Amino acid sequence: MPTFKQSFKKSLKGIYSFIPLLIGTMLLVSLISLIPKSFYSSIFTGSFFDVLTGSVFGSILAGNPLTSYVLGGELFKQGISLIAVTAFLVSWATVGVIQFPVESITLGKKFTLIRNILSFIFSILVAIITVTLYNLL
Amino acid sequence: MRKKFKGQWYFLIIVLIIYLILLLVNYSAFLVSISFFINLFKKIIPSFLLVFLLLFIIDYFVNSLSITKHFKEKSIRKYIYALIGGTIASGPPYLWYPLLKDLNQKGVSYGVIACFLYCRSIKIPYLPLLIFYFGFKYTLILSIIMLIMSVIQGMIIDKIIKQNI
Repeated sequence: MPTFKQSFKKSLKGIYSFIPLLIGTMLLVSLISLIPKSFYSSIFTGSFFDVLTGSVFGSILAGNPLTSYVLGGELFKQGISLIAVTAFLVSWATVGVIQFPVESITLGKKFTLIRNILSFIFSILVAIITVTLYNLL
Repeated sequence: MRKKFKGQWYFLIIVLIIYLILLLVNYSAFLVSISFFINLFKKIIPSFLLVFLLLFIIDYFVNSLSITKHFKEKSIRKYIYALIGGTIASGPPYLWYPLLKDLNQKGVSYGVIACFLYCRSIKIPYLPLLIFYFGFKYTLILSIIMLIMSVIQGMIIDKIIKQNI
């Protein structure tokens, strides 16, 4: 078991190394305020395919989930549907396109491929189920 | 680790350069973005402090061996342990790959590993920020659905990849 001091230092180090990424993301997200809403409506059309668009974006992008929460949260505020944002958040955290080489070398290509394909499909399912339940309950 | 750390700083520097260009090209747009950033920063600080506190608590009370020692249990129980392990495991996923490979070689199924990796997306320390943006109800529903899907994914992968354990 780590000592109090070791855990404190490790957590502080983890947070410290994440600070530039968080501030950078928040600054980038702040640029979103300059983009007219018509831009988003050209990508997210309000149709069922929004959930697919959200999943694709989330799969390509990668990083700490905190970053996706900030990005997803601000996109939601800009009027993107909750279902598309949910698909984005879930695929960001579960599909690892960027991590694919490392994962396949360590855990095997077959496993990595199946896991990522399933995670992509699941991100769409999770988004649909979550938002449906959210609206019903 | 050092490489990743540097990369994060490069990322921030690139973003700052974008802001510098914006300052020179369009001062009013720069002001709009900066005021947006300041407001966002002020709102996020309390959640971020809570994230640090939870990271510390989990690191202090949980270690990697206590997380993974139950992964070879029978039936559904192994998935339940993978769920618990995945949600409290800290650090990026690639840090866990060597340990997971080792566990797989010692008999832990691919399904359990998939379940562990999938539910790692639910990070308890990060939930305050998710609640901040989407509310408690949404966070609770999403987390429960993710946990259920973790087990389903684990079971599907165990059906597809059969191992002689």
